[in-house]
Amino acid sequence: MNTPLLDVRDLVVRYGAVTAVDQVSFSLHSGETLALNGPSGCGKSSTAHAVLQLRRPDSGEVRFEGRELTTLTERELRPLRPRMQPVFQDPYGSLSPRHRIRDAVAEPLKVQGRWSREGGPDRVAELLDRVGLDPAYGDRLPHELSGGQCQRAGIARALASDPRLLVLDEPVSALDPSVRAGVLNLLADLQDDLGLGYLFICHDRAVVRHFADRVLEMRGGRIIT
Amino acid sequence: MRSDVLLSVRDLRIAFDGIEAVRGLSFDVRPGEVLAIVGESGAGKSLTARALLGMLPPGATTGGEVRLLGETDLAAQRGRRIALVPQDALSALSPVHPVGDQLAAAVRSVSRVPRKEARARAVAALERVGIPDAARKARAYPHEYSGGMRQRAVIAMAAINNPDVLVADEPTTALDEERRDQVLKVLAEQREAAGAALVLVTHDLDVVREHTDRALVMYAGRLTELGPAEEVLTRPLAPYTAGLLASLPQNATPGRRLPTLPGTPPTPGVLPPGCAFAPRCSLASDTCRHEEPEPQQVDGRLVSCHHWEDA
Repeated sequence: MNTPLLDVRDLVVRYGAVTAVDQVSFSLHSGETLALNGPSGCGKSSTAHAVLQLRRPDSGEVRFEGRELTTLTERELRPLRPRMQPVFQDPYGSLSPRHRIRDAVAEPLKVQGRWSREGGPDRVAELLDRVGLDPAYGDRLPHELSGGQCQRAGIARALASDPRLLVLDEPVSALDPSVRAGVLNLLADLQDDLGLGYLFICHDRAVVRHFADRVLEMRGGRIIT
Repeated sequence: MRSDVLLSVRDLRIAFDGIEAVRGLSFDVRPGEVLAIVGESGAGKSLTARALLGMLPPGATTGGEVRLLGETDLAAQRGRRIALVPQDALSALSPVHPVGDQLAAAVRSVSRVPRKEARARAVAALERVGIPDAARKARAYPHEYSGGMRQRAVIAMAAINNPDVLVADEPTTALDEERRDQVLKVLAEQREAAGAALVLVTHDLDVVREHTDRALVMYAGRLTELGPAEEVLTRPLAPYTAGLLASLPQNATPGRRLPTLPGTPPTPGVLPPGCAFAPRCSLASDTCRHEEPEPQQVDGRLVSCHHWEDA
């Protein structure tokens, strides 16, 4: 069996006396969607943050492409971070209100030293096109886009880093049904084309059942199925 | 005044800077019924709800008429015969006053009752929505309540003066399914106890199916379809309603792409000529592109579509 893209063992996250994530284990392969489903406060987002090492877990292992992340320093993590990208719930909150869409999408390229004056703008246009946005929207500010368009821009920004894993934290929960369907279809297309692995956090059972290959139910920090 | 109409809305128009966001909307609310106003962002459903309460934002110009049992001054009836259940319970409550005092103030805002009695009514109202140890909890501040308890407290506050109509604007949007069902249950209980009608603004079609009697579907500030909720959701007459329903994951084949409506909802002020949905509609004809359809009666329902027979 090939190495999983993500392998999480006995993950524990505590906030003071509260154990938000309690001995959670799962693995996820490239091209696969694994959903974490459960009510508010069950530990799904804490799990996502610990996987991304945005908050270091209190114990347990997070192996990404075979490398153990929890023992790495921030400096050692830096080259790995582009390969695991988050997409958040609030499409407006996850983009700077003062940055034009094209700058938001260009930023990862610049930070990672993959920007050039000739290739950069083309890459941004290509990414916007890839997520179904007219590249002309690059000139706009986030508040000039609809919620669905803005979420597509957030996905384009995540793709700019050439990730292997997307951690999708309630990516369609703020969207209207007809818009939500388009974003879910886009994510499915991207997965087929790029072989991405998705860790999909969502409280909506109907969405999870339709979209995920496997579903883990969480309650009180534990996986119950 | 006809007794089967509690609230009547006639040709309601709401505009900002000359741009119409609600464009000639007519419907009735009947005593004791639950009416859902359904639509996507920008359809005008929240503005319509605010017009019912006489609390449109400053700068809004309105046309048409909203009557509650013959009264047209809705703001004067707010808190008495019509009350709002706010979406965000935390920001709806004052952080610096005990919850019980805020409910008691709601009682005293409409009737001259002694403080002591108002306070007793507040405790009773909190008890009715299932707040444990209500007498003690009435003295607690909102931050000492859990999110679910706060939501119940604002429902208790809306119902405390036994209004004829409750208006709830997306009361469950930020909640997970378990909390959503709890809130809707408490809302239904309070509505029944007060004998009130409920106007429920939502974009959640599961909520419409399970908790409402009739559904008004709005698109681009107009009525698209109005009828019994079950019929609208199982046998939609308008292509927009049909497209919206088809895009739901629970109606889709697993592993397949979801059916989507092409394009995006129009921006107020830059509407296409004719039917506002025509650019996204597979049934659109020349008539649709030139002539805006008016609501017409079909089997006791209302639908605004030139081609409802083909949908």
